[in-house]
Amino acid sequence: MTATQEHKLDEVKIGGLGASRRRVEDNRFIRGKGNYIDDVVLPGMLHMEILRSPLAHARIKSIDTSAAYAIPGVRLVLTGDLMATRNLAWMPTLSYDTQAVLATDKVRFQGQEVACVIADDPYIAKDGCDAIRVEYEPLPVIVNPTQALAAGAPIIRDDKENQPDNTCFTWEVGDQEATDRAFAEADVVSKLQLHYPRSHPSPLECCGSIADFDRATQKLTVYMTTQAPHIIRAAVALIAELPEHMIRVISPDLGGGFGNKVPAYPGYVMSILASILTERPVKWIEDRTGNLISTGFARDVYLDGEMALRKDGKILGVRMHTESDHGAFFADAQPSKFKIGLMHSAFAAYDIPAAHLSARGVYTNKAPGGVAYRCSFRVTEAMFFQERMVQAAADDLGMDQAEFRRVNFVRDDDFPHRTPFGFLTDSGQYAKCLDVGLEAIGYDDFRRQQAEARKRGRLLGIGISTMTEPLGAGNSREYDILGIKMFDSAELRVHMTGKALLRTGAKTQGQGHETTWAQIVAHELGIPAEDIVVEEGDTDTAPFGMGTYASRSTPVAGAAVAMVSRKIRAKARKLAAHLLEVSEEDVEWELGRFYVRSNPAQGVSIQECAMAAYSNMPDGMEPGLEGNAYYDPPNLTWPFACYIATVEVDPVTGVWDVLRFVAVDDCGVRINPMVVEGQIMGGLTEAYAMANMQFITFDADGNCIGSNFMDYLLPTAWETPGWELHEVVTPCPHHPIGAKGIGECATVGGPAAFVNAVLNAIGSSQVRNIDMPLLPDRVYDAIVRQQDVSGAPPVKQGD
Amino acid sequence: MTSLFDEITAAEPDDAVPVRRVTITVNGQRRTADIEPRLLLAHLLRQGLRLTGTHTGCDTTNCGACTVLVDGQPVKSCTMLAVQADGHEVTTVEGLGTPSELDPVQEGFKEEHGLQCGFCTPGMLLASKALLAENPDPTEDEVRFALSGNLCRCTGYQNIVKAVLWAAKKQRGES
Repeated sequence: MTATQEHKLDEVKIGGLGASRRRVEDNRFIRGKGNYIDDVVLPGMLHMEILRSPLAHARIKSIDTSAAYAIPGVRLVLTGDLMATRNLAWMPTLSYDTQAVLATDKVRFQGQEVACVIADDPYIAKDGCDAIRVEYEPLPVIVNPTQALAAGAPIIRDDKENQPDNTCFTWEVGDQEATDRAFAEADVVSKLQLHYPRSHPSPLECCGSIADFDRATQKLTVYMTTQAPHIIRAAVALIAELPEHMIRVISPDLGGGFGNKVPAYPGYVMSILASILTERPVKWIEDRTGNLISTGFARDVYLDGEMALRKDGKILGVRMHTESDHGAFFADAQPSKFKIGLMHSAFAAYDIPAAHLSARGVYTNKAPGGVAYRCSFRVTEAMFFQERMVQAAADDLGMDQAEFRRVNFVRDDDFPHRTPFGFLTDSGQYAKCLDVGLEAIGYDDFRRQQAEARKRGRLLGIGISTMTEPLGAGNSREYDILGIKMFDSAELRVHMTGKALLRTGAKTQGQGHETTWAQIVAHELGIPAEDIVVEEGDTDTAPFGMGTYASRSTPVAGAAVAMVSRKIRAKARKLAAHLLEVSEEDVEWELGRFYVRSNPAQGVSIQECAMAAYSNMPDGMEPGLEGNAYYDPPNLTWPFACYIATVEVDPVTGVWDVLRFVAVDDCGVRINPMVVEGQIMGGLTEAYAMANMQFITFDADGNCIGSNFMDYLLPTAWETPGWELHEVVTPCPHHPIGAKGIGECATVGGPAAFVNAVLNAIGSSQVRNIDMPLLPDRVYDAIVRQQDVSGAPPVKQGD
Repeated sequence: MTSLFDEITAAEPDDAVPVRRVTITVNGQRRTADIEPRLLLAHLLRQGLRLTGTHTGCDTTNCGACTVLVDGQPVKSCTMLAVQADGHEVTTVEGLGTPSELDPVQEGFKEEHGLQCGFCTPGMLLASKALLAENPDPTEDEVRFALSGNLCRCTGYQNIVKAVLWAAKKQRGES
């Protein structure tokens, strides 16, 4: 045994890269000792409840708050007029729009905030809301893009100058002329139209805030359910005109986020003003109905496209158009250069010479929509359309669905690959992932079984979906929110005994950063993960970062953790040379230890270097062993996945069951395989939910159908299928530890597998599409009528 | 804003609010409180007794984050009035295990990665505890059915099911 082998640390044993380390945060959660927003109690705290509009579009004629003030324990009632005296009736959104904090002129969606009551306890505050009298004058209601864009439609955003209609934005990307040429040369043109329905992320914990303004120090502390505390601090500084250094945003334990906790919500702003006025802490905890009808919706996009094909199966070009329903305010956070998010990541896994995408966003009388619900800015819609379109094209050509994908995939030796929309995909083994999936599901066997079953009247189906998505926004050249570049950060302090404190600009909501970030440090420095504590979410202590959403934490903040560890290691090397009395060039590194190249037995541990940094540093060296790193990624990371579902459809009822589901994910190097698999299974369940049951619709009057969990169906343990997971590893070539994003892949790529499987089971060329969710009545309709079934929301008679 | 502040202090607390005295055994301790009859059990536990492990996620008895045991039976405390618990025994997540030793269900959830954000976890733990008290050797389907009143948005349930089966095995002394 050589000297270095003798000293060698077992990386898995110290909780480094690749260890399925049990989670640190679990220790408090399983004991009921988490610290979520509603668990925070401050001395003298008051409670706030919000009164919401019952109407989707109406002019406010009057608001009478006198009866609310007459209730003992009511301390303050805020209305739009009062907010306006502080210039706070409106606030900027994260997408260069404005949003009403409390309505002044009119309400623009059902559930919009009209007033709020601050009282001694939440029950009294609710009584106060009930006592407020509001007189409305109803206005015509618009619930979909067709109505919004019709001639003579009422203008929802009449508060804005230069807003002649209900168009929110238009945007395009790609090469129109090249795409036109591709279509002119095509043997076959395949077309598809569909609606990706409105859905709500619904983390199990609703939103909330506790504002605490201290008049003596002029410091504002706000506890807030936010996935991006630093962006919120900047926004509060701008909105409330408070100096940024006097604002402290603390995001405590979050009961899930999924994009719902990215935007800045009116309730946050109200609680801040209420605290300033009452000089007491004011707590606002949203109820579930408030959460479902007013905060961050997702999807609600009409996708219309076509694919130019050669007879032999080669894709020549793609055209796409999207109409997205943003509700009354464009309040979701999108990188400012990309109005329809990263919709143009569609077809990135396929080698397609030409493509063009046009997009139009519209305002409607619905709650603000378009948040990235467990996806990287609209990639869910992009990948869903991609895999539905690919399926339709394969069917039109009469080609096997797997083979059609295989012949059009970007090849393993063709990376980096420029997509027709301009992205640069970094790496992947697409065909291999597909093969692993086909092998696992037993593709050929299933096709035989399917044919046999069909003879007996049983409808079995198999659906494939593959996806790649750009994760880890971003690089600062292209990605910013409100002009703030989308880098991220980490700060590491190694104490003298070799224990460490790590802080990042990200914010965990269940992803397990407290566990996995420590594993990156363990990998880089050889400090056991259990010796490292991880903190996030407090803007007074954490370095500036853009937060956690769009699967960006591992690609960006995780990279920063690796980079700051390397800075620490570089300084530790100097300390080691000093301790070993050799020159720095003669010092070699192995996990957790420096040694003398010519005599490997002579070495010092990272812990000994840490001690020396505080007790025995060389002359002239700055004491201490700490540092920070800001990481601006050179590119996004591009994970890949292949999802395959088999289903059986009951032709009598339209009910379908999942027989098996195979997932093959390639997210590069896995920091903690257990956590990665947890992310995939959670994501698949949300994919299944959207395919099967989970959507929120609106009636023609703009009433939200799905304002509670009795009407908005979320899958339970009973319906949810079992998941069979497989992996392929293609390390990311530009990430310091080779990792790619993973948190959202399954939600993004999963839905099309289910829909393709059900359509495959129906097996009719007359049924090319059923809009999600695939409710039994829709499936039954498709079978009986032999036609597509649209899920587009209703249009009022006479409109 | 000074005129506003005058206005808001005008109303004084009302002595006429009805109050009822209740005595509830919570996690083995007798607790007595004077409460408004409309107070929900979840709120008494959280705000009154500062047992904040019991969460509320939906207000409509759907999500189960507020599940506690009342006389050993799982109950959603967000739609039970605190006065209805008068004279009964309530177990919350804080009553599971001891300071030095976890309950097998707690251990199982950690061991099998049965939680992510942790918000549903207390309710899941208590629903699991009730299942295992009745059925110490459940099948996967029995676990899934027993937990079908509890929503989780993070895990996809598969690891929760494994966690409960892990706990069952441990409780039977097989691991």
